[in-house]
Amino acid sequence: MKNMKLNRNARKNFITYGLVIAAYAILQTMSVTGSISSSLRGMLVPICAYVVMAVSLNLTVGVLGELSLGHAGFMSVGAFTGVTAAMALQNTVPSPTLRLCIGMVTGAVFAAIAGVLIGIPVLRLKGDYLAIVTLAFGEIIKSIINNLYVGVDENGLQMSLLTNKLALADGGKVIISGPMGITTIEKLSTFTAGFILVMLTLFIVFNLVNSRSGRAIMAIRDNRIAAESVGVNIVKYRLMAFVTSAALAGAAGTLFAMNYSTIIANKFDFNTSILVLVFVVLGGLGNMLGSIIAAAALTILPEALRQFADYRMLIYAIVLILVMLITNNPTLKGYLDVAKGKLTGAGKKPVPQTTEGGAGNE
Amino acid sequence: MKRTTKKLLSFVMVLTMLMSLCSVFALADEGEAFKIGGTGPLTGGAAIYGNAAANGAQIAVDEINAEGGIQFELKYEDDAHDAEKAVNAYNALKDWGMQISLGSVTTAPCNATSAETFNDRIFALTPSASAVTVTDGKDNQFQMCFADPNQGSASAQYIFDQDLGSKIAVIWKNDEDYSTGIRNTFVEKAEELGLEIVSETTFAAGNDTDFTVQLTEAQNAGADLVFLPMYYQPASLILSQAAAMGYEPKWFGVDGMDGILTMEGFDPAMAEGVMLLTPFNADAEDERTQAFVAKYQELYDEVPNQFAADAYDCVYAYKQALEAAGATPDMSAEEINDLMMEQFTSMTFDGLTGEGMTWDATGAVSKSPKGMVIQDGAYVGL
Amino acid sequence: MMTFLNYILSGISLGSIYAIIALGYTMVYGIAKMLNFAHGDVIMVGAYICFFAVSRYSLPPLVGVIAAMAVCTVLGIVVERLAYKPLRAAPSLAVLITAIGVSYFLQNGAQLLWTPNPKVFSSVVGTGRLALFGGQLTVSYVTITTIASCIVIMVALSWFTGNTKMGKAMRACSEDKGAAQLMGINVNSTISVTFAIGSALAAVAGVLLCSAYPTLVPTTGAMPGIKAFTAAVFGGIGSIPGAFLGGLLLGVIEIFAKAYISTQLSDAVVFAVLIIVLLVKPAGLLGKQVSEKV
Repeated sequence: MKNMKLNRNARKNFITYGLVIAAYAILQTMSVTGSISSSLRGMLVPICAYVVMAVSLNLTVGVLGELSLGHAGFMSVGAFTGVTAAMALQNTVPSPTLRLCIGMVTGAVFAAIAGVLIGIPVLRLKGDYLAIVTLAFGEIIKSIINNLYVGVDENGLQMSLLTNKLALADGGKVIISGPMGITTIEKLSTFTAGFILVMLTLFIVFNLVNSRSGRAIMAIRDNRIAAESVGVNIVKYRLMAFVTSAALAGAAGTLFAMNYSTIIANKFDFNTSILVLVFVVLGGLGNMLGSIIAAAALTILPEALRQFADYRMLIYAIVLILVMLITNNPTLKGYLDVAKGKLTGAGKKPVPQTTEGGAGNE
Repeated sequence: MKRTTKKLLSFVMVLTMLMSLCSVFALADEGEAFKIGGTGPLTGGAAIYGNAAANGAQIAVDEINAEGGIQFELKYEDDAHDAEKAVNAYNALKDWGMQISLGSVTTAPCNATSAETFNDRIFALTPSASAVTVTDGKDNQFQMCFADPNQGSASAQYIFDQDLGSKIAVIWKNDEDYSTGIRNTFVEKAEELGLEIVSETTFAAGNDTDFTVQLTEAQNAGADLVFLPMYYQPASLILSQAAAMGYEPKWFGVDGMDGILTMEGFDPAMAEGVMLLTPFNADAEDERTQAFVAKYQELYDEVPNQFAADAYDCVYAYKQALEAAGATPDMSAEEINDLMMEQFTSMTFDGLTGEGMTWDATGAVSKSPKGMVIQDGAYVGL
Repeated sequence: MMTFLNYILSGISLGSIYAIIALGYTMVYGIAKMLNFAHGDVIMVGAYICFFAVSRYSLPPLVGVIAAMAVCTVLGIVVERLAYKPLRAAPSLAVLITAIGVSYFLQNGAQLLWTPNPKVFSSVVGTGRLALFGGQLTVSYVTITTIASCIVIMVALSWFTGNTKMGKAMRACSEDKGAAQLMGINVNSTISVTFAIGSALAAVAGVLLCSAYPTLVPTTGAMPGIKAFTAAVFGGIGSIPGAFLGGLLLGVIEIFAKAYISTQLSDAVVFAVLIIVLLVKPAGLLGKQVSEKV
C-alpha cells in the first residue's frame, strides 16, 4: 500500500515534468518558426516567472499551510538585487548567460536572507495575523526600495537612502534610482532560461515535499501540536519551507525584471502578491501542476480578452468568481461532474482523494 | 476536486489560446490607412490620463480621415499603468500590424515600450510620458510633452525671474517618477539661482489623503510659495486642506495640475491664484483650441485636459511628417521609421500645445511653456 | 507644543476614518470568519451614491446618506447571495479569492458606469472647523462627526450582538457554526444579515471618508480598505472596540511617523510598528488569545 502511494506521487511528479517539457518544446518550436503571435511570445517569460512564483507560494500556502500576502516582496528583493548584480558585472563578465545566472543566484540569495529575517518573527504568529505581517513586510520592502539609490563606478557599488547622494566617479552609472527604479536593464531573460528555472523550481519543491523534511512540514500543517509532541522541530521546518519559497521567488523576480527594460518598486505591491495567491488557490493548494496551469491561464486570460476593450477586466473578474464558485460549490461541482461523466463515458470509478492539498489555513 | 479544477483550467486555457490566436488572423485589409497604435491606462487608477489621450487622438484621426487625404486607423490598448501589461499591449498592437506608435501615455510603461519600439524599429511619439529615460539613448523615440527636467528648471527659473517667492516649500510624490523627476531638477536649478528651499516633504500612493504634516511643516518654515510637482488629484486635496488650515501661500504647479478646474464638484475658489506652467489651456481663444474643446465636449461630455491635447497634436504631427515625407500606408514600419526620424528632426509643427515646436535628435521637444494663473475659475496668462 | 497637539488631532481625524471602515471589516470577519477584501469597494459605491444624490440631484445630505446605505445594503446582500453563500462549506481561502474577484468587479464596474474621472465630494457636514484655544487648535466638523458616528456604531453594535436575539445568533455562529445550526439557528440567514449590516456601515464609512478627503475615483476604497484591515488586525480582528482603537492608533502613528521621522518612509514606519505590536501581542491589542485545543 505504501509503495503504491509513493508511486502515485512519483507518477504525478513525472507527469508534471513531462507536461512542462512538452509545453516548452511546442512553444519553443512555434516561437522559432515564427508561428505564434508576438503577443503570446511576449508573455512566455513572464508566464515562467509567474509559474515559479505560484509554485513557490504554494509551498508556503499549500504545503506549509500559512497564508502569505507579501510574496511579491521577495520577488522585488530578487528583482532589484539580481538586476543590480548583473548590471554591476556588465564589464567584468562578458557572457550574458552567465550574467543572468549570477543575477538569478544573487536574487535568490538576497530573497532568502530577507526570508530568514522576515520568517523568524513572522512564523511565531498564526493565521490571519501572520498574513497581515507578511503584507506589512511586503509594503516595507516596497517603501524602502522606492527610496533607495544605488550606483556603480570603478570603486564598486554605492548606496544612499532617501535622496540621491551618490557621488559617482566618471563613467559610473546609477542603477537603482528611487521611484524610477531601474530603467536601463539589459534584456537577458529568455524563454529557455525561464523554462530551466521552472524545472529547477519543480525539482527543488518536489524533492523537498517528498523528503523527510517535507513530511515534517506537512505534519506541522496538519497538526502542529501533534507534530511538536513527536519531536519535530517546528521552527526549523517552518523556516525551511518559508525560506525556500522566498529564494525561489527571488530568482523569479530576477527573471521577470530582466525581461523588461525597466522595473519599479511599485510593481511588486500588494496586488501582485494577491495575483499570485489567486494562481495558487485556483490551481489547488499543494497541487503544483494546478499552480502552473492557473498561472499560465490567468496571465493569458486578460490578454485574450483584449477584444472586449473596456469590459475586459470586468469579464476577468466575472470569470474569476465563476471559476471559484464552480470548483468549490458542491451543487455546481455536481453538475460539472455529471457533464464530465457524459463526456468521458460513464463507468469510470471515482478516484479516491489523495491526502495532499486538503487543508486550508486553519 | 483537483481533477475538476484541472479539466476546467485546461479548458479555459485552450479557449484563451484560441482567442488570442484568432485575433492575429483578424487583420484588417492593409495598405489603405496608416496604422497608429498606442498604449495607455484605460482602466485602473490612472485611467483618466489614458482615456483622455485615446479620446484626443481619436478626434484628430476622425478629422483627418474626414478630409479625405491621408488616412489613419487608430488603436489604443490598455496597459493599466504597468510596464509588464504595456509590453503585452504593445505586442498585441504589433500583431494588429501597427506601423507607427504613440508610445505609452504614462512614464513607467513608456520606459518599457520605448525599449521595444526602439528594438523593433517602430517610430514612436509619446504624447505625455515625460521622463528623460523614455527617449534617452533611443534614436526613434520622440516626445510631444516637455521632458521633466525642462519643467523643473523652467519652473524654478520662472519663480526666480518673476520674484514670486523667497522661501519655497516643495511637496512631491516620492514613489512616482514624474513627480520625483521634476522635483530633482527644480531643486537643482533653485540652488543654482539662489532660491531658498525651506521645506521638502513627500507623500506616496497609499498615504496620499492627509497632508496636514506636510502643510504644517511648510507653514512653520515660513514658506511663502509652495511648489507642487504632481497631478491635480492630490493637489486638489492639498489646496482644500490648506484652505481649512488657513494657510495661504502662493501655489505653483506643473502641467499635471491642468484638469483641476474641470473636476466635477470642485470649488474653483479653492484654486484661486494657483500658478502653473502648462502647454495647453482649454480656455484659449484661438479657433483650433475652441473647435477641439467643443468637439471633445460634444463626444465625451467633459473638458479635455493636456493629455487629450498632446495626443491630438501627436496625430497631426504625424500627418504633417508623413505628408512631407511622401510616405504611403503600404510601407513597412521600418521604412516609415527612417522617414519619420528624418522629418521630426527637421520639421516645425504648430499644434494646440504650442506654436513652432521643433525636436532635436534626442527626441525632446522644444516649445515654450505658458505661465498661467487661475483667476475666477479660469486660466489667465501670466 | 501646539504643533504636537495639532498633529495628534489630525492623527485622530485620519484614524477615525480608518476606525469606521475597520468596524465594518471586523464585524464581518468576527461573524463570517472571512476577510472581505471587497469591503473597501462597497465603501466606494456608497460614496458615489451619496455624491450623485447630493451633487447631481441636489437632495439633502441626510437623504444622500440614507440612499447610500440602502443601495449598499442591497448590494451587500446580492453579493453575499451570489458570490459568498455558495461557498459556505468551501475553504476560507476560496472565499478570500472570490472576495478579490468581487473587488475587481466593483472597481471596474464603477469605472464603466461612472468614468474614471475624479469627482469632488462635497462634505455632508460642511467644511467648517471648531476652533479651540483662540484658533490655535482646530478640529473639523467631519472629524467630530466621524468620531461620534464611530462611538455610536460601536455602542450599537456591542449592544446588538450582546442583547438581541439576532446578535446572540451571530455570536453563536462565530463560535461554532455547526453547534449553532444544531441549536436551531439559521446560520445562512444570520450571515446574510451580518453582510447587510456590514455593507450599511461601509456606506456610512464611504460618505465620511469622502467628506474628509473629498476626491472620489473608482479606486478610492482600495487603499483605505487595506489600511483599515491593518487597523482591524492591529486592534485584534473580530473585536469591535479593538477596531476603533486600532484605527485611531494607526492614524496617529501614521501622522507622527510623517512628522517626526520621515514623510518618505512613513508607510514603512507604520507597518514596522504594526509588526512589533503583533510580536508582543500576537492577537492584536484587544484580541482574545485563544489557546489551542489538543
